[in-house]
Amino acid sequence: MWLPSYATPSERLSRILVVGFAVAVLLFLIAPLFIIVPLSFSKDPFFTLPVREYSLRWYEDLFGNPRWFNAMVNSAVAAVLTTILATTLGTLAALGIARPDFPYRRAIMALLISPMIVPIVIVAVGSYLFFGQFGLTNTRAGLVFAHTALATPFVVITVTATLSTYDTNLTRAAHSLGASGLSAFFRVTLPNILPGMVSGAIFAFATSFDEVVVALFLTAAEQRTLPVQMFSGIRDQINPTIMAAATMLLTLSILLFVALALLTRKKTR
Amino acid sequence: MASMQTGTHAGGRSSDALVRFTQVKKSYDGIHYVVKDLNLDVAKGEFLTMLGPSGSGKTTTLMMLGGFERPTLGQIMLDGKPVERLPPEKRNIGFVFQNYALFPHMTVAENVGFPLRYRGIKGEAAREKVARALGRVSLEAMGDRRPAQLSGGQQQRVALARALVFEPSLVLMDEPLGALDKQLRERMQIEIKHLQTSLGITMVYVTHDQSEALTMSDRIAVFHDGRIQQLADPKTLYNAPENRFVAGFIGENNTMPCTLVGHENGLAVVRMADGSILKSAGAAQASAGGDLSLSVRPENIAQADGQPAPGTNLFSGTVTEVFFLGDHLRLSVTAFAGQAVTARIPVSAARGFKPGETVHLSCNAADCRLLEG
Repeated sequence: MWLPSYATPSERLSRILVVGFAVAVLLFLIAPLFIIVPLSFSKDPFFTLPVREYSLRWYEDLFGNPRWFNAMVNSAVAAVLTTILATTLGTLAALGIARPDFPYRRAIMALLISPMIVPIVIVAVGSYLFFGQFGLTNTRAGLVFAHTALATPFVVITVTATLSTYDTNLTRAAHSLGASGLSAFFRVTLPNILPGMVSGAIFAFATSFDEVVVALFLTAAEQRTLPVQMFSGIRDQINPTIMAAATMLLTLSILLFVALALLTRKKTR
Repeated sequence: MASMQTGTHAGGRSSDALVRFTQVKKSYDGIHYVVKDLNLDVAKGEFLTMLGPSGSGKTTTLMMLGGFERPTLGQIMLDGKPVERLPPEKRNIGFVFQNYALFPHMTVAENVGFPLRYRGIKGEAAREKVARALGRVSLEAMGDRRPAQLSGGQQQRVALARALVFEPSLVLMDEPLGALDKQLRERMQIEIKHLQTSLGITMVYVTHDQSEALTMSDRIAVFHDGRIQQLADPKTLYNAPENRFVAGFIGENNTMPCTLVGHENGLAVVRMADGSILKSAGAAQASAGGDLSLSVRPENIAQADGQPAPGTNLFSGTVTEVFFLGDHLRLSVTAFAGQAVTARIPVSAARGFKPGETVHLSCNAADCRLLEG
């Protein structure tokens, strides 16, 4: 940042331009936060900046109004169920793929990762048509299944990464000392791949909690999640409760991000 | 032959064998065999080393004994019972892995106590056993540490304590000292040997380090190309290698092509490439006609002095290089029409050699071996 005292004027000028540009890009990226967070605490029922008077009324609405509150509960339930399913399935898949004698590893890995790459609208329409056959549309199970498909790749990737540094001799050692297959897995393998599983679980939770497109297709009013409620809220009537909801989502994302950072720091130490 | 007495060929199979491999073969792809027709007995209380270069089949053999690999064909008996289909956790064998395989999320004491829970040993009894096992490897004070907080040598000891704590009758080790520096390795060799003799455990040890094998073993099985090339005690192996591979793998050997001319007083008479005639022991296995080599260790070649004793081979060569190695000189000589010969001559017995000069050397016929190939 700081130049030595012998820097020429042109060096100083170019440094100022570079730093100025970097700060501008950063501001552009986080500008929405500067708008949403203060607006959520505004007393006015319309979006005006600067905020004239502060209040918590939109947070009261968020938690008091059954439509918003149900949406939050729906989101939380769907996200927790998705996390459990995706973490279990993703870990099992990663364990299988990591076996040295696993056939067609690359192709199957690509297939497992594909929900991350396929455009979300296609996943949504596909799930809607497919789940319709089984009566899973407009059900919580349908939503959880679709979100699980989207979230599992994250778990597969993080657990595979952890397994690449896992010494398979640990499992062999456990067996040689008397542990059967399941016991060796739970007492030796699992504790050692847990950081990868937790990272994957955090990604899975965030994927489900933030997801709006698939949720729009697969939910009716009863299963409506928070992002869907926000989306319809914007279309129907402009209501600063959306800002309160957005701030809540943002806080959650930051918390998850911090948790992830702490987790990886512990792993590398 | 000393090697025949300790051999395990048909008829000579003793009844006190703890481990018995019978016609064991292993192939991963159904075409290439990593282990071919393995027959091997390990006696109770024996320290047996499987020695060989990488890819010789020694580790695969160990893994089959440990239960991590299944033989493609053949039978493995442990304590009189066939175990080819028994999983490792049912074999009650202690296994020490190359990289120790200590559980990083457990303390040293938890690592050592791990096998006890599967044997119904809990509470005070388990604590006592763990303490005794750690005491045996002088790590009493380290029970609360994590493996990552220990040095390589200490981790090695924990792995040893964990493999011994449940008092298995058989302990397998897969190059357990490979990651340690030379000094520590030599100390651990002696420690392991002491533990093995004092506890009376049967040990099967895999290594590619011949000095390690010679130091610790009661018997050594030299593996090459999926077969045991020779199975003998260290002394026999060193002094009487049965083939060119063993001669070249254990210690240093000069192997020089020659042809068999005849026999004289129980010694073989051979003609070297330049026509000179030498005598050699170990003629029993040599048949005339085939490709033969005369093998002699560098330390068995001496400077020829005035009156050679009967049965001494004399030859001369041109010095190509001389190295001073403290207690001995290492002399490279060209003899027998272009054959490179190395001699180790004690500094006390050496005079100043110069490259290019002609030297007269001798070796006792009893120290020479005649090998096929």
